[in-house]
Amino acid sequence: MDIAVILENTIRALFNAEALILALAAIGLNVHFGYTGLLNFGQVGFAAMGAYGIGSGVVYLDLPFGVSLLLGIALAVLLALALGIPTLRLRADYLAIVTIASSEVIRLTARSAELRELTGGSSGVNGFSQGFYSMNPFSPGSYGIGWLSYDANRFFLLVVGWTLVALCSVLVFLLMRSPWGRVLRGIREDEDAVRSLGKNVVGYKMQSLVLGGIFGAFAGFAFALANSSVQPDNYGTQFTFLAFTAMILGGAGRVIGPVVGAIVFQTSLVLVENVLIQAKGAGYISDRILESTDIGAVRFVLVGVALMALMIYRPQGLFGDKKELALDAR
Amino acid sequence: MPADLQDEPGADGVGSRAIGTSVTDGSARARAAAAALATVPPRPGVPKPDPILVADGVLRQFGGLTAVDVEHFEVQRGVITALIGPNGAGKTTFFNLLTGFDKPNSGTWSFEGKELAGMPAYRVARRGMVRTFQLTKALSRMTVLDNMRLGATGQRGENFFRALLPASWTAQQKGIDARAVDLLGRFKLDSKAGDFAGSLSGGQRKLLEMARALMVEPTLVMLDEPMAGVNPALTQSLLGHVKDLREQGMTVLFVEHDMDMVRDISDWVVVMAQGRIVAEGPPDVVMADPAVIDAYLGAHHDAPLSLEEEEAQIGGARVETLTDGRDEA
Repeated sequence: MDIAVILENTIRALFNAEALILALAAIGLNVHFGYTGLLNFGQVGFAAMGAYGIGSGVVYLDLPFGVSLLLGIALAVLLALALGIPTLRLRADYLAIVTIASSEVIRLTARSAELRELTGGSSGVNGFSQGFYSMNPFSPGSYGIGWLSYDANRFFLLVVGWTLVALCSVLVFLLMRSPWGRVLRGIREDEDAVRSLGKNVVGYKMQSLVLGGIFGAFAGFAFALANSSVQPDNYGTQFTFLAFTAMILGGAGRVIGPVVGAIVFQTSLVLVENVLIQAKGAGYISDRILESTDIGAVRFVLVGVALMALMIYRPQGLFGDKKELALDAR
Repeated sequence: MPADLQDEPGADGVGSRAIGTSVTDGSARARAAAAALATVPPRPGVPKPDPILVADGVLRQFGGLTAVDVEHFEVQRGVITALIGPNGAGKTTFFNLLTGFDKPNSGTWSFEGKELAGMPAYRVARRGMVRTFQLTKALSRMTVLDNMRLGATGQRGENFFRALLPASWTAQQKGIDARAVDLLGRFKLDSKAGDFAGSLSGGQRKLLEMARALMVEPTLVMLDEPMAGVNPALTQSLLGHVKDLREQGMTVLFVEHDMDMVRDISDWVVVMAQGRIVAEGPPDVVMADPAVIDAYLGAHHDAPLSLEEEEAQIGGARVETLTDGRDEA
């Protein structure tokens, strides 16, 4: 059992692309759910819009990389409008149903053979990331310190990505301490009360859905660029629920919550996986208990149990305020 | 009778700054309200000399059930009007319709001469017709002060882009905060300003909801059961606050079950039963109206022995109710 390997992989996971993608998606969900109370179960749909925006934009529509980014954002905004206009007037649960269904519709449509000329069908989109990596100012080589060393391209992606996470967090911070954010929080608590005070609730919910959706598209950009590929089956519902997990783990309605939640969640997955691999390799766990091929699934089970314990003993998440949560029982 | 006080525009401004400080001023307004209604006959749907709210033919059906069917309804400006009636009479539904929280099958109504039918609830509120709810809607996980701030209209910082430039809204926010603190002081909630609204008691939430509604600077305040679930010790203070609204020149329309409260503070009482207005008039007249007693207690106190008898009684009660109401006029 090699403790150093476990430590190295775990520490590397702190800032890896998986945490970055999850953090961006969770920041968007935090705007939706944490601040506005919108139950968006289709955040992955917004990520898919971002990913296919740059992927299909560059490869199938021959757009420049920058224009493809804008296409991804525009698609996310359109999706928010398409989802919001019919559902935001209705009760919250309708948005939940519509979003979860639409995210699956998007994935299945994107992977359909009919759209092979636009989305690459089930094989997805490849070969669009040169536009991004050609902007890399870092010359080839190794960057970082010790275990946190990356090649130039990965380093560039992580620097850009985590800067984006920081910028989005600052934006959320500024917005949520403003009167605009106050209206959103009011809607989360009771939208009829806010309506009775003369606020256009549907308009604010739409703005929130669009903003969080754009953050979701950013997650899609990061996902597509980190893999240099868009695979439709990566955009299933589990993406949304992992982002929900990250947000609730960190603390919904907290600026830093989704970011820390994403990092802690991804890092725990890597830690548990590496501990299992090393323990297995050293023969501490027999095949009768756990086959090495099951480790990938079992790590989710173990982290899930830990999350359940966390929710029982710290339901407000890492950064939430327990006093505030207790008030929820009106 | 200083009726000029009611018409003098300056009196509103003075009143809103020094509420309840001058008892004589307060009773003058109460007397002015009573005087304005003195010549109005107590008859359902009667026109008022200076109506702020006029509704015509408002009909709301839920499937086969007619919840609200109001032919004509007027609310006199500057007075406290109570809307009473047995459970299920359609009072809250009527409230919801008037404030845009529900849509009627048909009907029109206007507020200060402007049509409101079909207008979304938030725009009704901006026009100065603000309501509270039967089940108090305190925004629990927000501070009391934030609850109050939310009531202020026309906030520059509520625009997405200007929200990002604090310089554009901080000055306005200071003014709003000053107004909020002043109102909280009046409602004895100033010591709670930093607490979560969810930590307040039921009565304090009622007070907060009323104070928050006043942040909108309404001309017509509609209170849906302001006394429901409030302990008797707080009732007097709430009553005082409702009277204060009139002293400040606001019009009050409230739904209430507590007859003592209705008698105590209202200048005019409107009675609904089975979706219709069955009686209206000054409190003492209405309380003695046989149609009202019928609506609350039932026209016949003998239990029917057969189905035919029951039908005859129900039918008879309806006819009686209508004719009694007209007889009064």
